[in-house]
Amino acid sequence: MPELVITVARFGFLILLWIFVFTVVGVIRRDLFAGARSGRLVAAPRGVGAVLGQGGKPARVKRGKAAHQLVVTAGQLAGTRITLGEAQITIGRAEDSTLVITDDYASARHARLVPRDGQWFVEDLGSTNGTYLDRAKVTGPTPVPLGVPIRIGRTSLELRP
Amino acid sequence: MTAAATSTSPPTSRGGQSGVRLARSRRNAELSLLLLAMVLVAAYGAMVEASVLDTVTPSFWVPAAALSAVFLGLHVAIRFLAPFADPALLPAVALLNGLGVGFLHRLDLARATPSERAELATFAGTGGRQLAWTLISVALAAGLLAVVRDHRSISRYAYTLGLAGIVLVMIPAVLPPSISEINGAKLWIRVGGLSIQPGEFAKLALLAFFAYYLVRKREVLSLASRRFLGVDFPRGRDLGPVVVVWLISLLVLVFEKDLGTSLLYFGMFVATLYIATERVSWLLIGLVLFFGGAYLAYVLGDMIGGPFANFYLRANIWLDPFADPYNNGYQLVQGLLALGSGGMFGAGPGAGQPLKLPEVQNDFIFAGLGEEIGLFGLSALLVVYLLIVERGLRAALAVHDSFGKLLAGGLAFTLGLQVFVIVGGISGLIPLTGQTTPFLSAGGSSLMANWLLIAILLRISDAARRPVTGGGSPSARPTGGPPEQLHGAPTEVIRP
Repeated sequence: MPELVITVARFGFLILLWIFVFTVVGVIRRDLFAGARSGRLVAAPRGVGAVLGQGGKPARVKRGKAAHQLVVTAGQLAGTRITLGEAQITIGRAEDSTLVITDDYASARHARLVPRDGQWFVEDLGSTNGTYLDRAKVTGPTPVPLGVPIRIGRTSLELRP
Repeated sequence: MTAAATSTSPPTSRGGQSGVRLARSRRNAELSLLLLAMVLVAAYGAMVEASVLDTVTPSFWVPAAALSAVFLGLHVAIRFLAPFADPALLPAVALLNGLGVGFLHRLDLARATPSERAELATFAGTGGRQLAWTLISVALAAGLLAVVRDHRSISRYAYTLGLAGIVLVMIPAVLPPSISEINGAKLWIRVGGLSIQPGEFAKLALLAFFAYYLVRKREVLSLASRRFLGVDFPRGRDLGPVVVVWLISLLVLVFEKDLGTSLLYFGMFVATLYIATERVSWLLIGLVLFFGGAYLAYVLGDMIGGPFANFYLRANIWLDPFADPYNNGYQLVQGLLALGSGGMFGAGPGAGQPLKLPEVQNDFIFAGLGEEIGLFGLSALLVVYLLIVERGLRAALAVHDSFGKLLAGGLAFTLGLQVFVIVGGISGLIPLTGQTTPFLSAGGSSLMANWLLIAILLRISDAARRPVTGGGSPSARPTGGPPEQLHGAPTEVIRP
C-alpha cells in the first residue's frame, strides 16, 4: 500500500468520525437547545378532559383581558408556564395530572382549573390540605381573577393574560 | 466517504396533528446514522488490514456486514416495539461496539503469524468472540424491548431485583479465589472456559431497586432536614439506607479488591438520591463518605495490609507510576506511553503496537485505541459516550413518571461514571481499577449488561417522546372522573 493512500485514509477516518459526531448532534440539536421547553416537568394539556362538564361547548374568550397562561410563582416548579387552551388543568402529585407538583403538602389529585365561557374556575378535589384563592379557602368552583394567587401547599399559581 | 450526505435525509414526521413537539418518531434519521456508523466500522476494518497485512483482503467487510445486519435487526425491532425511542442512542452505541470489534480483530491479526492470518475466520479469536457476543447481546436487548412493553412494569419486581443484585454482588466475594480471582480482583465466576462478571448485571438490578425505593421514600428524605452552613442536611435516621449502601460498597472494596466497582455502586446510589431529592447535601455527604472511606482503606493498607493491601498498592502506582516502571507500574506506564506516542492524530489504525500493553483487550483498550487514532479520535469517542449519557438524561427529564425519571437518570449516570472511572484510571487521573470500557472492551458480561441498559433507556425514551394524545398508548389513562374517587387515590402512584 502506498504511504500516501494510508495517510489520506488515516485522516479521512478521523474526519469521518467527527462527521458522525456532528451528524448525531445535528439530529438531536432541537432537543439540545430547546431545554427550557422540552425539559419541563409538566405534561402537555390533555385533550381527554376538554369536554368534561362543558356540554361539548368550547370555551370562548369574550372579554379583552382573558387568561392565556398559568404561571407558577412560588414553590419547586416556580417559573413554569402552561399555555391555557380549552382543556381543564388538573393539579396534583399524581403523574397523570396536567401540572405535576412535587409539593409535600399537595394531594395526589389536589385541584383543577376548568374554563367556562372564557372564565377559569378553580375547584378543590377534596385535597387534604385545601386550596386557597388568595386568603380564602376554596370550597366550590370559584372564578379566578387574573393575577390572584392560587395557593396549594407551598406552591402558588397565577393566571396571566 | 460520501455517506455523510445520506444522513441528512429528512426524518419522518408522525403524529404531527397531536400538537406535541417531540411527536416525531425519527426512525429514518436513526437508520441513516446507523449506516454512517457502519461505514466507519468498515473503513476502520479496511485500514487495519491495509496497515497490518499491507493489503486489503476481499473479505474485509465481513465483520462490518455481520454487525450491520444485527444492528439493522435491532433497528427494525425498535420500529415496531418502541417507535418513538431516541434516534441517537442506537447509532452511537453501534459505532462504539463496531470499533471495539474492529480493534479486537486487529489484535488477532497482530498476534497471528502471517500464515495463520489468511485463515482467520469471522468468529475466531477475541474479535470473533466479541462479534458473537454482540449478536447475542443485541438479540437480548431486542428481547427486553419485546418483553418489557412499559418500563413501569419493572418496578413490580423491584425488591426481587434488589435482592438479586446484592446476591450477584456477593457471589464472587464468597467464592474461593481459584474460581473468582483474575489479576488480584475477585469479580468473576469462572466456569470452564467461560468467565462471567456478575457485578455488571447487578448494577442494573440494584439501580431498578434504588429507583423504586427512592420514589417511595423521597418525600421523607427531602422534607425532614436540619440546616447547617447554608446547606440542608438530612436527619440522622434518614441516613440509614445511604450508610448501608456505603458499607456494601466498602465490603466490595475490601473483599473483591476492586475500587472501580465499589465507586460505581456508591456513585450510582448517591446520584439517584440526588435526582430524587434535588439536595446538594447528598452529593456532599456522598463525596465525603467515599473519599473518607478510600483514604481510610489507604491508611489501613499501609499499616496492616491484609485485605487493603491491593488498594494501597494501586493507589501508590497511581501516585507515582514511574517509581517501578518495569514491575508494578508496568501496565499504567505502558498505557501512558501508548497514549503519548499516539499524540494528536495517532499512528493510524493498525499502525500502533498495542501488544506491548498488558490487558489491552480489556482495561487498556482505550489506551490501545488512543495510540492509533490519537487524541483527535479519542475525544470523538468520548463525545459519543457523552451524547449517549445526554440522551439518557434527556429521556429522564422528559418522561412523566418518577420511577422512569430515576431509572433513566441513574442508568445514564452509571454509564458515564463507568467511562470516567476507566478512562480516568488509564490516563492517571484516578487510581486504576479493573473496569471494562462500555461497548469497547472484550467480554460478554459487560457487553450484554450494557446493551440491556441501552434497551431500558430506549424503552423509557420511547415513553417520554410518545405523543400524549396518541391512541392506544399504554401510558394514556383516563383522567377526570368523579372527585369522590379521586380523593381516595394514593398519594404516590407507582403503577405496575
